[in-house]
Amino acid sequence: MSSEAVEPELAAQPDASGHFGVYGGRFVAETLMEPLDELTAAYERLKNDAEFRAELDKDLADYVGRPSPLYYAERWSRQLGGAKIYLKREDLNHTGAHKVNNTIGQALLAKHLGKRRIIAETGAGQHGVASATVAARLGLECVVYMGAEDVKRQALNVYRMKLLGAEVVAVESGSKTLKDALNEAMRDWVTNVDNTFYIIGTVAGPHPYPMLVRDFQAIIGREAKQQMMQAEGRLPDALVACVGGGSNAIGLFHPFLEDKTVAMYGVEGGGDGVDTPRHAAPLCAGRPGVLHGNRTYLVEDDNGQIIETHSVSAGLDYPGVGPEHAWLKDIGRARYVAATDDEALTAFHDLTRIEGIMPALESSHALAYAKKLAPTMGRDKLIIVNLSGRGDKDIHTVAGLEGISV
Amino acid sequence: MSRIKGCFEALKAENKKALIPFVTAGDPSPEVTVPLMHAMVEAGADLLELGVPFSDPMAEGPTIQKACERALAHGTSLRDVLAMVSEFRQTNTTTPVVLMGYMNPVEIMGYQPFATAAAAAGVDGLLTVDMPPEEAGDLIVALKAVEIDPIFLLAPTTVSERIAKICAEAGGFVYYVSLKGVTGAANLDVAAVEAKVAQIRRHTEVPIGVGFGIRDAETAQRVAAVADAVVVGSAVVNRVAENAESPEKINEAVAALLREMRAAMDAGPPQVGWFARLFGAGN
Repeated sequence: MSSEAVEPELAAQPDASGHFGVYGGRFVAETLMEPLDELTAAYERLKNDAEFRAELDKDLADYVGRPSPLYYAERWSRQLGGAKIYLKREDLNHTGAHKVNNTIGQALLAKHLGKRRIIAETGAGQHGVASATVAARLGLECVVYMGAEDVKRQALNVYRMKLLGAEVVAVESGSKTLKDALNEAMRDWVTNVDNTFYIIGTVAGPHPYPMLVRDFQAIIGREAKQQMMQAEGRLPDALVACVGGGSNAIGLFHPFLEDKTVAMYGVEGGGDGVDTPRHAAPLCAGRPGVLHGNRTYLVEDDNGQIIETHSVSAGLDYPGVGPEHAWLKDIGRARYVAATDDEALTAFHDLTRIEGIMPALESSHALAYAKKLAPTMGRDKLIIVNLSGRGDKDIHTVAGLEGISV
Repeated sequence: MSRIKGCFEALKAENKKALIPFVTAGDPSPEVTVPLMHAMVEAGADLLELGVPFSDPMAEGPTIQKACERALAHGTSLRDVLAMVSEFRQTNTTTPVVLMGYMNPVEIMGYQPFATAAAAAGVDGLLTVDMPPEEAGDLIVALKAVEIDPIFLLAPTTVSERIAKICAEAGGFVYYVSLKGVTGAANLDVAAVEAKVAQIRRHTEVPIGVGFGIRDAETAQRVAAVADAVVVGSAVVNRVAENAESPEKINEAVAALLREMRAAMDAGPPQVGWFARLFGAGN
């Protein structure tokens, strides 16, 4: 080993054992080590298999509806008076968000591994719905773990999953939210590992999940790059995406990592503000630790206990974040910021009224930051915002916050 | 010689197996733990496993999850747990104490500061459920420097090659997780455990403990017949939970269970056909 500092190849991470710098890795109970090795081997084999690729591409085109458009938000850009803002329309995917890009891929893996039962964790219910959807289509048994608090808050998505044939288990332990749903899914997996495939919904968890979920989501960035070249004949100047676990953000960022002129902004759930105790912003206001199979930034106390997070957006309401983001933060390739609940809600209304597009509250955090960023850039500059999901699921939340009963 | 090694050698000389009860430190409240540790030793425990409460105990069944919640309601921290071990050591310098928990509290404290403080408190081993040897390089160095044994898990899914690798890093004893599942599960298959323990034995001289799913004196006896140590977690924690509202009863409730287990284990392996003879249902 040479002692010279070698700049890591940004797009070639993680290393063979799943590390992004000091982050990532595989921090799980021994029972899961062998199944994770098997999954890694199967994925390495299948990802370059022409038949598997063709099957995946066909599903993404005919079932998901890809490519998703890159839409120039002309009216909003003009009003903001700065850079041109393009929206990557993941909200137009089947099931209404980017989540399905990943569940399609993992369900195909499950099929090739001969697993007939899939499990998933979900917060707002979007990943649960996307998992139940692909399970229905492939005829697989599907169990979705969801915190009991979230089950109450997201009754519509619970019913959607049930319509799709999934069993929804309300998790009563801990804070009864997404992190506890993840704990419970891990407990199911360790018990039923012989016949069960765990579809993790974000770029977190033990290796190989952060890598394989990223690879499945990277189609967002590949398409966006091509579409921007077609529209403007050049690369964008900035990318903006919301970060909960960080799968839509890494999906957009990853194909641009080596394009050093492209700035990247990940926007966390700022809740009441990152200087208050009520937020969901581990990269902005947390510190490194180990949870859910990987080393990454966490919202935690001085004793290493995980703190309950808060964000108006259930999809961002998680105390951890994908390890690749932790690494991109430390090396300075991407910048991580936060948008508060109020800022996100304002952006939700702005896009709805100005462009006729109702964004998910998660995506509204990215829009809120774009709204600040665009006016600081010239009119010849280009921003891509990942519009990761549509806002229909959030209508009750928004109405409730404004004291309106629908 | 480390306390753990000494403990196993002494038992071997007497042809006995180790009884290792687990309790979550601070459950149901911090002042219960040290007297309970002494009571367990008196009732026949050879080595103690002290759980470090964690907010997200992914490998635990409901019993130990709830124990963590009760302990965390009082804010029991890793530093508090070390203080409990120190207090225990004021009157007991022989019984080995192993801390069992999850990585994050140790990560936040830092490996070096943790190792120093744990050694000073009188901790003998550390078992972190979510830390496989692949990730544990720096931690192992820090622990071994202060003669704390890193204790690793083996599972039904662990293949031979990994068994060899893990046993090479292991100190004190290795802990065989007797089933695919979480702590306190109910589907223990003693014949399968026996086969796997025999497989592990081909790779190591280190004592082999078996845990997960050992609920009563009978299972303890059957597992003791095939392993060097029997780890009892949820069954003990259940006794604590049942008496959480009247903590003065906890020591005796736990001690009664351990005395039964101790007696059954010391009586030796169950005889073939004992069930039939006892109940007159022989063929």
